[in-house]
Amino acid sequence: MTAPVLEARKVSMRFGGLRALAGFDLAMQTGELVGLIGPNGAGKTTAFNAITGVYEPTEGEVLVAGERVNGMRPHQICVRGVARTFQNVRLFRDLTALDNVRIACHAGSESGFTSAWLLTPRHEREEERIRQRAEEFLRVMGLSQRSGELARNLPYGEQRRLEIARALATGPKLLCLDEPAAGMNASEKVALMDLIRRIRDEFALAILVIEHDMRLVMGVSERVLVFDHGVTIAHGKPEEVRRDPKVIEAYLGDSYLAEHDIAAPPGEAGP
Amino acid sequence: MTEFLQHVVNGLSLGTIYALIALGYTMVYGVLKLINFAHGDVYMVGAFAGYYVATALDVERSPSLAKALVVFVGSMAVCGALGFVVERFAYRPLRNRPRLASLITAIGVSFLLEFGFQLPSLRSQAESLESALFGFGLRLPDFLHRLALALPDSFPPGPTPRFFPEPFERVDWTVLGGVHVSNYDVVSLGVAFAFMVGLQLIVYRTKFGTAMRAVSFDARTAGLMGIPVGRVISGTFVLGSVLAAVAALLVAGSRPRIDPIMGLMPGLKAFVAAVFGGIGSVPGAMVGGLVLGFSEEMVAGYTVSSFRDGIAFAMLILVLLIRPEGLFGRVTVEKV
Amino acid sequence: MGTARLLLRAVLPFLVALPLLVLVQAVSPLDWAIVLVAMGVNVILAVSLNVVNGFTGQFSIGHAAFMAVGAYTAALVTTGFRGLEIGFLPAGVVEALVFAAALVAGMATASVAGLVVGIPSLRLRGDYLAIVTLGFGEIIRVVIENTRVLGQATGISGLPPMTNIVWTGMGVVATVLMARRLLLSTQGRALLAIREDEVAAEAMGIDTVGWKVRAFVISAAFAGLAGGLLVHKILLVTPRMFTFVKSMEVVVMVVLGGMGSITGSVVAATVLTLALEWLRGLEQYRMVIYSLLLIVLMLTRPSGLFGTKEVWDTLPRWLGGRRAEGGAP
Repeated sequence: MTAPVLEARKVSMRFGGLRALAGFDLAMQTGELVGLIGPNGAGKTTAFNAITGVYEPTEGEVLVAGERVNGMRPHQICVRGVARTFQNVRLFRDLTALDNVRIACHAGSESGFTSAWLLTPRHEREEERIRQRAEEFLRVMGLSQRSGELARNLPYGEQRRLEIARALATGPKLLCLDEPAAGMNASEKVALMDLIRRIRDEFALAILVIEHDMRLVMGVSERVLVFDHGVTIAHGKPEEVRRDPKVIEAYLGDSYLAEHDIAAPPGEAGP
Repeated sequence: MTEFLQHVVNGLSLGTIYALIALGYTMVYGVLKLINFAHGDVYMVGAFAGYYVATALDVERSPSLAKALVVFVGSMAVCGALGFVVERFAYRPLRNRPRLASLITAIGVSFLLEFGFQLPSLRSQAESLESALFGFGLRLPDFLHRLALALPDSFPPGPTPRFFPEPFERVDWTVLGGVHVSNYDVVSLGVAFAFMVGLQLIVYRTKFGTAMRAVSFDARTAGLMGIPVGRVISGTFVLGSVLAAVAALLVAGSRPRIDPIMGLMPGLKAFVAAVFGGIGSVPGAMVGGLVLGFSEEMVAGYTVSSFRDGIAFAMLILVLLIRPEGLFGRVTVEKV
Repeated sequence: MGTARLLLRAVLPFLVALPLLVLVQAVSPLDWAIVLVAMGVNVILAVSLNVVNGFTGQFSIGHAAFMAVGAYTAALVTTGFRGLEIGFLPAGVVEALVFAAALVAGMATASVAGLVVGIPSLRLRGDYLAIVTLGFGEIIRVVIENTRVLGQATGISGLPPMTNIVWTGMGVVATVLMARRLLLSTQGRALLAIREDEVAAEAMGIDTVGWKVRAFVISAAFAGLAGGLLVHKILLVTPRMFTFVKSMEVVVMVVLGGMGSITGSVVAATVLTLALEWLRGLEQYRMVIYSLLLIVLMLTRPSGLFGTKEVWDTLPRWLGGRRAEGGAP
């Protein structure tokens, strides 16, 4: 059996006195679609940041394809197969859509300046290869006709898709999507759900999605993790998690529990 | 031993001056996150403002305590006004632009002051213009000609140094078996400490100070809480500039030579002191200033004195390499 | 396309430029020659600084220091090998070879200086980086001022008058070509990504620190070239030629032209050099005008004259235009 694409073992993040993430455990195989939900500030993006190297875990380990990546810089982890999008779209705004994706195709390439200056045949071939690859990713995300457009001029929905195209272009084994449906309307979200599933199938990836829209997450994920105040309070199939009293309480408060006559979760008096 | 004590005394004097200037850098950085490159030149303007007031009051020939006070207040007022104007017209419009733009503007203001002060006096500039026009066969109408003659003859001061008049007679004492201390040193230390204590009171015990600290933590939220951020920033600039003026006047007592680029080195060194103490931190600036003052004195005294200026640079690079947030600074983690 | 043909395409601009430059050199009156050389040197400085400040979005304000390193190195080589004879070669050719070697040596040492300054500094954020580059710039100058071999404050004089329009022009072609090909390449895009959003660039697999250092080193190398060229026209090299004020002059050129635009840097450097010539009688106003220019520019049009646009964006493709490609603006 091959090593899981991602393994997070008891990962914790502390910032001074604040514990933003505690005991985060997750193992993912290729082809899996896992959702991460929870109220704002619950630690979901922190988990992403810990996995992708933006933060070094205060405790615990992160392994990508069996290799321990604690303390590595984000670009090193990216090269090992983890790509992500951001909660607030972080495109290269003054560059074209094509360039945004082309840059991601560069990932890990070590070619130097001299080949660029001398216009060597190898360099020219590489440039052509990158261009074609980038155009292909734009096509997959339905952005072909936007390739020459500056990223900041794209409508919001297309910007989000461009960010995904860019992440895909790094050739990842694991794709982390941070609230990909934020700001979309209902039909766009349905289209996004299909797109995510298609990407997973076409590129043989594992996908981790942070989302607020319950229907989207439940519809798309095979497994769901629920965060609250940095702790994973539930982890399982969508239908199970949806009925978990701890989850209901975290989202809707204990008054909801009382009103709907649902037994309070054992142990804690409150979140 | 006496040599050591002498260096301690000198280091203390120097350190308090650096601290006063560093406070201006650190306060402005705290509220605006901007390195006010022009601050060292505000110090220079303070020296010249004091010089002009002192000359007007004829301090040279009849010094008095009252006059010294007027010189102080006048210089502080000029610098405060300068700080206000610079912030209002050069930095404020760039508040929402990338920080690089403000930094470039700050450098522009700094150069403007340094090189502007090196221009020949307005009257002689007008006279040169007149003769140039005359060479083209043009004559100025009479009223413009008289206007030209009415222009100040000693401002801008031009590149040649001037000498600050002594506000009171210098008295030297020798204490502790060989350490030289003058009344200037005593006054300088006293005034410097008084102002630093005053600043501490303002920052930690007044509403304005609290507002300043709030803005330095999070300007946007402070604004949403009802704090008049614009006015707080203006006030911070004024405060910092006033301290720079005080520093300049205290120095002018023992080092009366003033020139338009006198602010460059002290400004740079005070900046290093602020960074060392943790830029944005008021106690940090004071500690940083004193540490730099002592280090400079010790190194200059016990090794080669031409390395004096190098100490500041060395300290800067060491701080930025080892602990960029400085002694009292907070490490900021960027939220992604 | 055959390899030979591709290599020819790579060096074509040099081959085209050379006869043109020789022609210009032949017909230019002497006083023009000085201005043209000054213009060329400023273009090299501005374009090279643009690689760091414009393409990569880092703020370096110590450019003059790298110029100094290159200038002194070149000066040491040309004065050290003065009167060298190589068997059958005519003296002119030997001198040219020595000069070429001197310039290359200058670029090499300037690169090393760029590495030394860049590696520690480029982990720092915007304003801190600026201060450190300023600090290093001053340190390098102070070190030169205190080194006996380099003539301390008086510097080295009596350099052979090697720089002319041809040499300078070739230097300009090399620099502009370097910048343009960089901009259009995948390596250049990495730099642009860093400028646009460093966090995102890092997340997309770009070693931001490594690339920033590389940009810095390239930029320093060409500053060294400019230094070597300049001092062999003035025939003198002193530390006072390379102060912070000089660094800021280059910054003004880059900012005026537009950070990120090679065309902008070329135009701004040319215009400012000419302006300096015409204002020769108003020497004392020069820096005052510069500083006012800087302030007004930042307040009204911080993107400079050209922003990030290039002149070749409007040219048809066969002349180097890229409109049909949808490449980086």
